[in-house]
Amino acid sequence: MFKSLAPPEYLATIDREKCIRCKRCIQNCGWGVYSWGGDKVLINTSKCVKCLRCYHYCPEEAIEIVDNPTRFKQNAYWGYNHLRNIKRQAETGGIPLTGMGSDLPYTILFDSLLIDACQVTNPSIDPLREPMELRTYLGKKPSSVEFEKGRDGKLKLKTKMPPQLKLSLPIIFSPMSFGSISLNAQKVLAMAAKECGILMNTGEGGLHEDLFPYRDNIIVQVASGRFGVNPDYLNAGVAVEIKIGQGAKPGIGGHLPGEKIPLEVARARMIPVGTDAISPAPQHDIYSIEDLRQLIYAIKEATNYKPVSVKIAAVHNVAAIASGIVRAGADIVYLDGFRGGTGAAPSIIRDHLGIPIEHAIAAVDDRLRQEGIRNEASIIAAGGIRSSADAAKAIALGADAVAIATAALITMGCTTCGKCYTGNCSWGITTQRPELTARLDPEVYAERLINLIHAWEHELKEILGALGINAIESLRGNRERLRGVGLDTQILDILGVKPAGR
Amino acid sequence: MLEINAGGMYYRDLNQKIRDAVNSGEKDITVRNVNGQYYIGDGLRGKSTITVEGVPGNDLAAFMDGPTLVIRANAQDNISNTMNTGKVVIHGNAGDVLGYGMRGGKLHILGDVGYRVGIHMKGVKKQAPTIIVGGTAGDFFGEYMAGGVLILLGLNNDGRPIVGDYLGTGMHGGVIYVRGEVDKNNCGAEVGILDVDDEDVKVLKESLTEYCKDMGLSLDEVMKKGFKKLIPVSLRPYGNLYAY
Amino acid sequence: MNHDYQKDISGCGLTGLISRKRRRIGGADIVKSLCLMTDRGNGLGAGYAAYGIYPEFKDFYAFHIMFDEPSVRWTLEEYLKNNYHIEKIEEIPTSPVKAIPIAPLLVRYFVTPLKDKMAGDIQEADFVVNTVMKVNSEIEGAYIFSSGKNMGAFKGVGNPRDIAEFFRIEEYEGWTWTAHTRFPTNTPGWWGGAHPFTLLDWSIVHNGEISSYGINKRYLEMFGYKLTLLTDTEVAAYMLDLLIRRQGLDIPSACLVLAAPFWKKIDSLPEGEREALTALRQTYGSALLNGPFSILFGHSKGLVGINDRIKLRPLVAATKDDVTYMASEESAIRAICPAPDKVWAPRAGDPVIVNLED
Repeated sequence: MFKSLAPPEYLATIDREKCIRCKRCIQNCGWGVYSWGGDKVLINTSKCVKCLRCYHYCPEEAIEIVDNPTRFKQNAYWGYNHLRNIKRQAETGGIPLTGMGSDLPYTILFDSLLIDACQVTNPSIDPLREPMELRTYLGKKPSSVEFEKGRDGKLKLKTKMPPQLKLSLPIIFSPMSFGSISLNAQKVLAMAAKECGILMNTGEGGLHEDLFPYRDNIIVQVASGRFGVNPDYLNAGVAVEIKIGQGAKPGIGGHLPGEKIPLEVARARMIPVGTDAISPAPQHDIYSIEDLRQLIYAIKEATNYKPVSVKIAAVHNVAAIASGIVRAGADIVYLDGFRGGTGAAPSIIRDHLGIPIEHAIAAVDDRLRQEGIRNEASIIAAGGIRSSADAAKAIALGADAVAIATAALITMGCTTCGKCYTGNCSWGITTQRPELTARLDPEVYAERLINLIHAWEHELKEILGALGINAIESLRGNRERLRGVGLDTQILDILGVKPAGR
Repeated sequence: MLEINAGGMYYRDLNQKIRDAVNSGEKDITVRNVNGQYYIGDGLRGKSTITVEGVPGNDLAAFMDGPTLVIRANAQDNISNTMNTGKVVIHGNAGDVLGYGMRGGKLHILGDVGYRVGIHMKGVKKQAPTIIVGGTAGDFFGEYMAGGVLILLGLNNDGRPIVGDYLGTGMHGGVIYVRGEVDKNNCGAEVGILDVDDEDVKVLKESLTEYCKDMGLSLDEVMKKGFKKLIPVSLRPYGNLYAY
Repeated sequence: MNHDYQKDISGCGLTGLISRKRRRIGGADIVKSLCLMTDRGNGLGAGYAAYGIYPEFKDFYAFHIMFDEPSVRWTLEEYLKNNYHIEKIEEIPTSPVKAIPIAPLLVRYFVTPLKDKMAGDIQEADFVVNTVMKVNSEIEGAYIFSSGKNMGAFKGVGNPRDIAEFFRIEEYEGWTWTAHTRFPTNTPGWWGGAHPFTLLDWSIVHNGEISSYGINKRYLEMFGYKLTLLTDTEVAAYMLDLLIRRQGLDIPSACLVLAAPFWKKIDSLPEGEREALTALRQTYGSALLNGPFSILFGHSKGLVGINDRIKLRPLVAATKDDVTYMASEESAIRAICPAPDKVWAPRAGDPVIVNLED
């Protein structure tokens, strides 16, 4: 075995004077960077992913992780990653994998949009002292409602309302399966969802029994592998999601390698221990839009008509696809943008397929309005929501709610190192190794995630207050309150947003 | 015994009727004049037997968990989709994508089936699904198969090929038995072809005894011809696909 | 879908009165009431609407149309003749006012749709709405600013006194009156931009800026409304037309949409009512008028006053005998009714609904 011609990405260094040889770095590193050499800690820097676990747990601050100064010659065209991938492919013949959302410098439209505020002609509202409503209901809405007067003269509803999912604020957690993340990480999401009055999503990994107490805050997912899907599972949450695609890997199936399938994961997925869990690229009962309708109603029939969400990757023709999904009977359309995260995807796919979520929301919301069916389904936008400002912009463009995953994982220690697919996550998030997952205490980290959601909640209220509105539904689709900076007229037209100054 | 006349009835009304009957403890239900109603038996539990007269619509027995469905006609696509337990007997031909993600129970078909039958079937421990096809099958038979048993008999094939191309492609669990010879060129790269041993014959006889009883066939006739056994060569078919 | 528009912003004062017994009241009162609040406007827009003013033509739609230049009139009349029976055409009577040197050509038409032009099962009212949408968005230089039966709007660029004199408001007699003085912060100089804003029998006068305008506009566009004026007032008028006329909500329910109760209140209601109000908010979230507003809307059967749900704009109401008054300021009421039987300030989002007696 010869040495890889791809230089290590990072250099892990230890200040030998500061090091007290406590070996905490050895214990904490899930990647095997550190080992004990009898009198000192040895370093295999080629294994380092810069997740900073060791740095945080070094009591003497003796560790420093730096980008490897020995890099390929700088070249504006042949970038570091191009060279590195080619060398790795030459050595293995394989497809380079990656984790998290794409980090390439495509234009970030969220950063080219600014939110309005009130001055004089309409008043801003003080959210700390006046009511500010973020409550959101996801689901199909009728285009109008009918009442009959009750005997007491009070309003009585005549229209039968379709089922609705109640959220305290328009943020939910994106699907992440048990298998791709640890059970403890899923517990953090479930506990936070319950506390915050929002929802988590099982992803395609079945439902572990430890999550049963959180069923009122869970969406269960049905994807092409049908892992863990039976009638109990379909009825175990408040809604069912059909996963067609994922922003990080549109049109690509999933593949949880056998070594990430220990007993507990296997049980939840209802498959044998140690076998590969393959999610085919398509759902093999959906080759066309009428087949989607068939599956949506198969699930509704099996669940006494719970709401059904359909998750798709944002692709070029997303508006027409979303329209078809709504007309096929979905209660929710979940759009996952190009920047969406993943536990494992071929980097060539992640970095080069799909479209950004901002375009997708605008196109879908416009299309559904043009067709007069915007009320027929709610839109969830996901794929790179980094802050409450991104969330507010997504909602102003037309989303009913946003879904976050990477942000939630960051509260658990994630540093977006992007090596989720290896199963070595030193923070205990994207791993099934018991000594690593044990580090993620659900109680402790749920509190951090709850803090994040509450902080974003406050920020959203401040944004609404500045806009002079006190209910989230007045922001939803209110593109009049967004302005573009440095965007060309065609993009502004697609987004339905005016340039700043107009 | 309860009889339901499904003539002209929309599937939602029909399935609600069936569900109400099963929930009220009815064990033997006959549904007459069925033609194209989707989702019969969808998500249904319990131990009832439901006999269907006429051609049922797609997604028959999807997510089903317990009951027995007997179809006295041909049936369409997506039968036993993600089925958990129970049994479906079809006295005729059936369409494409049967037993997708099926995790348990039995699907017995007298006649021919279409493409992608037994796709991504899986099993855990004792719970394993079985599909038995009396006639011939199209391409991608047992695609992505992860568990369970597929038996293809090719009875009355009139010289037509018993099975199509890409047999067992992506297979990484379970077993396929084909009555007759199998051409390696028609198999997925992940499949190994073996002769059956005594243990296999035991499995086959057990499954086929019940099948023959359902269909009114002679077990001895069926067992006269030899079987080939197909299993995955690896539980990790894509282990070397990626560069880490 | 037009995303490139410039929204019209203005502040203002409003006043209105209604005789429940359909007693026709001369225009002098409403002019006096409005003129007391001249300082709430900036002289760049005022207007009046009255119901019961055309008893001899009460079965005809009274189209008040302004033309930027006389030549457009013939294009418009050609179109009208093809679709309507025209009972009467006359220029709207005006008096010369020094402060209003230039005015558009103002003509009114009493019309009824030709039956054979109404394809399919289209309702007469929808046909008229389509005409208004079409003329206002497609015939350059012509603008229908009033289209109801036995009612009319009179408005223009000027202060309340000058506009009243110009249109000879004091010569009209009606049982419901609304009036408005305007403080536009942009696009001054267009007569169509003044209030009241009307569609069919709806007339709206409005104070405040609706911060939810963007989504309200897009919501209405989904139902085929063309928002040509880009004012909050237009949004309010079309929203009422949608909710009440097209979707059949009653007026109190429509008010619960425009100024929806807070979830906190809805959650505390008994089950049936809670379910009803929850469904209303879930369904009509995009129709919520959010931000500061007080609105008077007149219609053929009465007058309604409502303000926003956290009371960012004022509204005072009073009654005296069979007349109910509503205005931005109490003094505007006392200017014409010095000793009301009752005076009160409606609570936030709580509508004052007055129905005419039959």
